[in-house]
Amino acid sequence: MKPVTRRATLAALGLSAPALGTLSACGGGTQPTGGGGSPSSLSVWALTGAKQDTYQASFDAWEEANPEDPFAVEFFANDSYKEKIRTAIGSGSAPTLIFSWAGGTLADYVDNDSVVDLSGRVDDTLSRSIESINSVGQVDGAQYAVPNNDTQPVILYYHTGLFEEHGVTPPTTWDELMTAVETFSAAGITPLSLAGQSVWPELMYIQYLTDRIGGEGAFQKVLDGEADAWSDPAFTTALERIVELVDAGAFGDAFGSVSADAGADVALVHTGQAAMILQGSWVYGTFKQDAPDFVAEGSLGFLNFPAVDGGTGDPANVVGNPANFWSVSADAEEEVQELAIRYLNEFNLNEEMVGDFLAMGAIPAVTGLEDQLAALDDGEFLSFAYDMVLAAPHFQLSWDQALPAAPAQELLTNLSQIFLGETTPADFVAAMNATLAS
Amino acid sequence: MTTARHSRLRTAPSNWLLAPALSFFGVFALLPLGGVVVLTFFAWDGLGTPRFAGIDAWISVFQNPVTLHAMWLTLAMTALSFAVQFPLSLLLGTFMAGHQRYREAYSVLYFLPLLFSAAATGIAFKALLDPNFGISRAVGVDWLRLDWLGSPNLAFYTLIMVISWSFVPFHSLLYQAGVRQIPRSMYEAAMLDGAGRVRQFFTVTLPQLKYTIVTSSTLMLVGSLTYFDLIFILTGGGPGNATRVLPLDMYLTGFRSYQMGPASVIAVLLIAVGLLLSLGLNKISGSDTMDSQMEGA
Repeated sequence: MKPVTRRATLAALGLSAPALGTLSACGGGTQPTGGGGSPSSLSVWALTGAKQDTYQASFDAWEEANPEDPFAVEFFANDSYKEKIRTAIGSGSAPTLIFSWAGGTLADYVDNDSVVDLSGRVDDTLSRSIESINSVGQVDGAQYAVPNNDTQPVILYYHTGLFEEHGVTPPTTWDELMTAVETFSAAGITPLSLAGQSVWPELMYIQYLTDRIGGEGAFQKVLDGEADAWSDPAFTTALERIVELVDAGAFGDAFGSVSADAGADVALVHTGQAAMILQGSWVYGTFKQDAPDFVAEGSLGFLNFPAVDGGTGDPANVVGNPANFWSVSADAEEEVQELAIRYLNEFNLNEEMVGDFLAMGAIPAVTGLEDQLAALDDGEFLSFAYDMVLAAPHFQLSWDQALPAAPAQELLTNLSQIFLGETTPADFVAAMNATLAS
Repeated sequence: MTTARHSRLRTAPSNWLLAPALSFFGVFALLPLGGVVVLTFFAWDGLGTPRFAGIDAWISVFQNPVTLHAMWLTLAMTALSFAVQFPLSLLLGTFMAGHQRYREAYSVLYFLPLLFSAAATGIAFKALLDPNFGISRAVGVDWLRLDWLGSPNLAFYTLIMVISWSFVPFHSLLYQAGVRQIPRSMYEAAMLDGAGRVRQFFTVTLPQLKYTIVTSSTLMLVGSLTYFDLIFILTGGGPGNATRVLPLDMYLTGFRSYQMGPASVIAVLLIAVGLLLSLGLNKISGSDTMDSQMEGA
């Protein structure tokens, strides 16, 4: 069946865009029609899913204003995009606008002179977006990427009904979290829903715990490539806390089978099988879509990750994806680069785009939204997440995005083995230190 | 000699007719293969220019515990999936070769998995085997509620089961065709000699199926070196490294870690093992000798 037909069928069935993104990701995604980008005209690749229409509308608006220089737009599923973009950049056929998560990948592009230095040339778009997020798009102090969508902090969601029923207070400290785990575990409810099969949700635990215990400095040393940076006691303590959680049955006995792709981890919470879930702000949309009544009756609570006693990290710190970013390809001709930069200044995260994101329950990475957010249907959640991001002294980009590809994969493998009890914190530290040497 | 050559030239079609197929094979199989071999001597992350690195990639692959583990897993998977699939498909194929109507009805059911793509099979089994939302809850059978794909001890055997489910129908089809080609007269002769069903199977059916067995086994063994799509969808190599077989290790090393050198080494190893395996099978089975299987038929 052709993707178009499948999409039309699903749309007819009333499945909304995020579900489509997931489904087409499973089926291998939209097949690209053309090859890479051409250096002499504007082109762009972005991701399928809920935000696809917003991007399309933004590029359509550009085309209306600049009919002689339209963007050639292609959309890819998440995983196939990540694989294809690297080959395209490596072979000099990258699209003009390069979509990324910043971090290690962006640093690779900069090392390879694949993207142009935007410092001082994109001030208009940067003036709209949040400063702490803008800085994620910098490499060695120069601006190489600008935020292009919503900010996605990781949030601790909980089932208010289950908490009331079992007389548990929503945890704001580690001890309260452990008490909640014990209570729910004894009651036969999975305390924390975890998509262990997808592995990356496990990162959220070590990221928050390390930050709470030792602050953002511990991981910064890893990024700086300091020898034995993983030996920082913050990592070992965080890993021990994870083992403590696993041993207490915090994730149930079958988290290895739970996958985040189809929202099974979220489903465990809204079906009352699990009490809490640590996930990105994007699953709020999944909750709303899969269990609208559950959200409407106020059964979904949300918290920042609990503080850890004796930890030196700021409990207001946030981890997650600050945003996605646009960079401009260095392979494009000079005039085409200028056009792309003009698009970024005039159209990226402009009022229409921000409005579109707000309408879908996403929090665009721009300043001055406080009043608008409160007035929306999902105002309570959106304001909570927005304030959380604005109040955060440090917004840590997900480690698997921040690190170069090979160490990131090593990290995911070793972390999943910690959760499975197949390796010890000491072995984890040794294995990760070995990635620093190479 | 001269006459033979002369007559061959007159009757055989021109060798030039091979040219289109050969050139396709050259461009799309041999050339990339050569590229992969060359790439094993370079360090390349997919961006920029590959840097010559000598035999670094080869050393790193043989020192990497993950890849060594993947080799063992692949070996175990090859052996185990053969041990499960071979008897099952042989017996099913023989059973379905009969012309009774009920057997033909069964055959239709047995062949159904052949119609499904590996991706669809993977997604369906992943959903069915989910301990929280899968079949165990649907039918309320508690012993089915195991962490099939999420437990490091169980996931590997679950994969063998799903793989067998998908590939047994194909091999049964081969055996069904093989059995139907055995002349009826041989069974009649065996019956006159007083051979029962079981005896007939071992002295007539099995020896007559020799070449089918070689073909099917080669496909099974070499095929098990390329299991990728099903495993990729079902477990992605997890939990931990419990199902990270060599083809998956190659993919993850190349396209997740962007270490094209080591990934190419693994690819070359897979090709070498696959070639050796199929050549070896042909040699052992003696299918290069041309003696008749139909003596006395």
